[in-house]
Amino acid sequence: MLCATLLLLNQELGIRIPRPLGHGPSRFIPEKETVQVGSEDAMMHALFADSFATLGRLDNVTLVMVFHPQYLESFLKTQHYLLQMDGPLPLHYRHYIGIMAAARHQCSYLVNLHVNDFLHVGGDPKWLNGLENAPQKLQNLGELNKMLAHRPWLITKEHIEQLLKTEENSWSLAELIHAVVLLTHYHSLASFTFGCGISPEIDCEGGHTFRPPSVSNYCLCDITNGYHGVDDIHASPAASIPTTESVCEVEALMEKMKQLQECRDEEEASQEEMATRFEREKRESMFVCSSEDEESAPTRDVSRHFEDTSYGYKDFSRHGMHVPTFRAQDYSWEDHGYSLVNRLYPDVGQLLDEKFHIAYNLTYNTMAMHKDVDTSMLRRAIWNYIHCMFGIRYDDYDYGEINQLLDRSFKVYIKTVVCTPEKTTKRMYDSFWRQFEHSEKVHVNLLLVEARMQAELLYALRAITRYMT
Amino acid sequence: MDENLLATAATNGVVVTWNLGKPSRNKQDQLFTEHKRTVNKVCFHPTEVYMLLSGSQDGYMKCFDLRKKDSVSTFSGQSESVRDVQFSIRDYFTFAATFENGNVQLWDIRRPDRYERMFTAHNGPVFCCDWHPEDRGWLATGGRDKMVKVWDMNTTRAKEIYCVQTIASVARVKWRPECKHHIATCSMMVDHNIYVWDVRRPFIPSAMFEEHKDVTTGIVWRHLHDPYFLLSGSKDSTLYQHIFKDASQPIDRANPEGLCYSLYGDLAFAAKESLISSDSNRKPYIGDRRHPIFFKRKLDPTEQFEYISSSSALSVFETDVESGSMDWFVHTAKQYALAGRPLAELCDHNAKVAKGLDRNQVAQTWTMLRIIYSSLGTVSSTNLNHSMGKGSTTLPLMNSFNLKDIPSGLGSESRLDRSKGESRTENILMDSSSTLINNEDNEETEGSDVPADYLLGDVEADEDDLYMMDHENPHAEEQEYSLPQEAFPLRHEIVDNPSALDHLQDKADSPHVSGNEAETVSLTPVESFSLISISHSLYENRLPSDFFNPIVRDTLLFYAEQGDVQTAVSVLIVLGDRIRKEIDEQTQEHWYTSYIDLLQRFQLWNISNEVIKLSTCRAINCLNQASTTLHINCSNCKRPMSNRGWICDRCRQCASMCAVCHHVVKGLFVWCQGCSHGGHLQHIMKWLETSSHCPAGCGHLCEYT
Repeated sequence: MLCATLLLLNQELGIRIPRPLGHGPSRFIPEKETVQVGSEDAMMHALFADSFATLGRLDNVTLVMVFHPQYLESFLKTQHYLLQMDGPLPLHYRHYIGIMAAARHQCSYLVNLHVNDFLHVGGDPKWLNGLENAPQKLQNLGELNKMLAHRPWLITKEHIEQLLKTEENSWSLAELIHAVVLLTHYHSLASFTFGCGISPEIDCEGGHTFRPPSVSNYCLCDITNGYHGVDDIHASPAASIPTTESVCEVEALMEKMKQLQECRDEEEASQEEMATRFEREKRESMFVCSSEDEESAPTRDVSRHFEDTSYGYKDFSRHGMHVPTFRAQDYSWEDHGYSLVNRLYPDVGQLLDEKFHIAYNLTYNTMAMHKDVDTSMLRRAIWNYIHCMFGIRYDDYDYGEINQLLDRSFKVYIKTVVCTPEKTTKRMYDSFWRQFEHSEKVHVNLLLVEARMQAELLYALRAITRYMT
Repeated sequence: MDENLLATAATNGVVVTWNLGKPSRNKQDQLFTEHKRTVNKVCFHPTEVYMLLSGSQDGYMKCFDLRKKDSVSTFSGQSESVRDVQFSIRDYFTFAATFENGNVQLWDIRRPDRYERMFTAHNGPVFCCDWHPEDRGWLATGGRDKMVKVWDMNTTRAKEIYCVQTIASVARVKWRPECKHHIATCSMMVDHNIYVWDVRRPFIPSAMFEEHKDVTTGIVWRHLHDPYFLLSGSKDSTLYQHIFKDASQPIDRANPEGLCYSLYGDLAFAAKESLISSDSNRKPYIGDRRHPIFFKRKLDPTEQFEYISSSSALSVFETDVESGSMDWFVHTAKQYALAGRPLAELCDHNAKVAKGLDRNQVAQTWTMLRIIYSSLGTVSSTNLNHSMGKGSTTLPLMNSFNLKDIPSGLGSESRLDRSKGESRTENILMDSSSTLINNEDNEETEGSDVPADYLLGDVEADEDDLYMMDHENPHAEEQEYSLPQEAFPLRHEIVDNPSALDHLQDKADSPHVSGNEAETVSLTPVESFSLISISHSLYENRLPSDFFNPIVRDTLLFYAEQGDVQTAVSVLIVLGDRIRKEIDEQTQEHWYTSYIDLLQRFQLWNISNEVIKLSTCRAINCLNQASTTLHINCSNCKRPMSNRGWICDRCRQCASMCAVCHHVVKGLFVWCQGCSHGGHLQHIMKWLETSSHCPAGCGHLCEYT
């Protein structure tokens, strides 16, 4: 009330008042369907309070994630630990690494947030002009960052050795683990940001405007993401008016799940067949790309801090690329990754383990309008599909299931969010699982985020382990 | 038991049995594809050849009869993935299963519907378990939380009886045959060695095999009753057979004793129990004779933990709480006299104060200072005569005696010097409030015999030197003698003190550093007398005047270094110009500020003021001149009074009237802060003796502090 009067007063005085540009925390989810601050339940409220206390703000990521408070709690705890608590890296390094990672995906939202934090903890503003202005030590990390973000399977122990063995500016193992966890955390968080269409914070670039409301209502991010106001008009009715087709979609999916459940025991594929299925799925995932891919706006360098061309996004040819298979049994998170992380960066292994667990096991036993559904099969399919895209294979999984459960538009969405999040559009978001709730789509995003993070971590940790032995 | 039978589990959920006795090339015997996910473990029944148990990622355990095509029974853990299953060796029907969520379940093979018992064993996945081959109640489990735990299952609740902490997550555990408490472990990550632990000694492995270059994936004792052969496989593609005598024994390389100081000066010491138990009755630790560190401080073994299994003991010696208190500081500050009397008196007084507080070292210093800078003034002539007489009579005798003794005396002196160096560093280790003071009785009885010998030798040698000099200049003494009795202001005489006395200085110095003040205190009178005799003799020699100022300076620096800035500053003030030039301004200022700061913390305002006043440092002196203004308001018009304190410019009234005598107060004015009435200090004091109400009649119950 007081604020409102104050604002009015300012307006009379001729001071320009910035006006929020977004429509709630997410551009994909109508504001009225997100959790409203003030109407949250006790648990959410406690989370908001925690988040506000540690970050000094309620960011839009939190406001979207709060659909799943159980996960959000673990997420915030981990992020707080990584950024604020005792760790091998100094505070400004942590934020800078966050900026580096987010900039890989041109995620201006995260970059802006962390630029503020970086300056706040006393970071040198010069570093923000580009990676070449940062200390050599951080520059060395650039290569790893690039590979982790786009082709983690190429990381070898030689890369690790290069970081650890250079005479000066070398990293210690504990620092490296911390950096790797931060990098993967922000890569996957960038996926979430784009996957859910998080709006820029009001105080950040692109989050507000001084123009009167009527002129334009899309921001910088929208442009780069190929989001056009027109789409909105087309997409919204599709999402809101259930067409017969989309109702069928849910029914069909449930039917398939039931079928798979039943026929599993009867039809047994041979060892070779299973391997072929995995290879096929892996290959196909390479070719899955959105039809909109070409028409999406050219990747513009939103993050002004990294204008350096050598640091720009390097697209690699998906065609003819061979992803070597990583057998999950050889290096699993539970057995190997956890132990390594916890050894070098105590407690983080535990926190990540908890977060993976919650994300993987989270279920409300509902699917769209249906209740009491066992969704474990679907969740496992999504998780394994993502790992499959990274070349991680589980011997005990029949990859044929993926084809049955995930339709093409969904695969396109997953592939885009996980591999090239900056190309995600609202149309993609709207076109998969049209009948599902927004909270369920956010749930899918959580699975994508965690699966991606784990996959990246596994490759990096495996390389570190190989270096150590 | 069939030696040709082999079972394997695959990551895709298949359990295969192989029969090596088959004549054909394909040795595969049976194939079970019942598990939907990775099978983590298969286990044969110890006595039934055909019974095979499997545990899988999907949370099920299945029991197969190898004569049938399908599983006989299925057990559902109702929780997460099964990591290990093990048949009990003694109980025919029982098996244990461990889970990814940290639980261990016990099952009866005949009852597939429900587990018999469940408990949480580890934080995080339990990777493995093993039943004890002899004691049927014991189950060992190993988990990702880097622990190996031994559970006693005989009681109704599983009880943890041993716990071994390893350095990496535990992948396999295997009890060593024929050795009740031995268990072999290998880890899943990072660490490639195989350890054999004695569970009663959980901190150090009793044997270690270091051959593998990569992670060890499996271990097994070669024969059920042979404790000396261990087989192990590893990811480095090797299979080793280890013989026990090849094992390295970390215990040989371990440090048998540990010693550490804490932040607060406590000392912890761990050693073999046998070493400690032999003299457990003695309070000061055995090392007190050998290591000065031990007898420097009174060590009360306040805590004593004993680990029976590892047969070593840890003692923690705490610094005496008493010694931590700063009472001595306050007392000393209050009682020291810093000015207003002749130097010798001041020194004597302060020495007495220090001695009264059991600070013999400081007392000694004061005495020394008096000797150095003052001379006969305080000593009565009769005493002097007496001592001189004594000196002269014993002179020849002493002489001859000492001549013989000189070599030994010199030797001991050099030794003393060495010990001085050592103990000084230790002194610095201890904080200023260390236990020196409290230690006297103890040291006197125990620690002092040996040093005392040195000391005596030293003293004799010195005295000898002195008397030798006396001998050379016997007549000089007589001349000088009258001087002090004329009550000269001695200080000036002393400024250009003769000063071959550094011998003495040394002597006085060495005892207190070697920690035997009691001894030296008794010696000092003798020293001082003999000193007097030479001081005059040397006076004649016209040695450089401030010859031993450097030594005094070092003493002060030493005290300041120790944290006893009080002594340093007090000496500085008492000696004034004699020593001031020796120490650079900055150091002095630093000392002053620290001392003043300390005094103010103890709310000794008056003393701190006195110190400021007496200080010769300009920077310090200024302190007293800063913020000296006292602002007062007129009691009538409540306006600030500008120029004079007693008459208000505005209302032309006398502001500070004495409420008792109604005159203007121009000296010390005291008033009650409650009603702002007051008057002459004397008058108010008198008034308050009879009444507690305000003399102005305002009815206020005045309070003065």
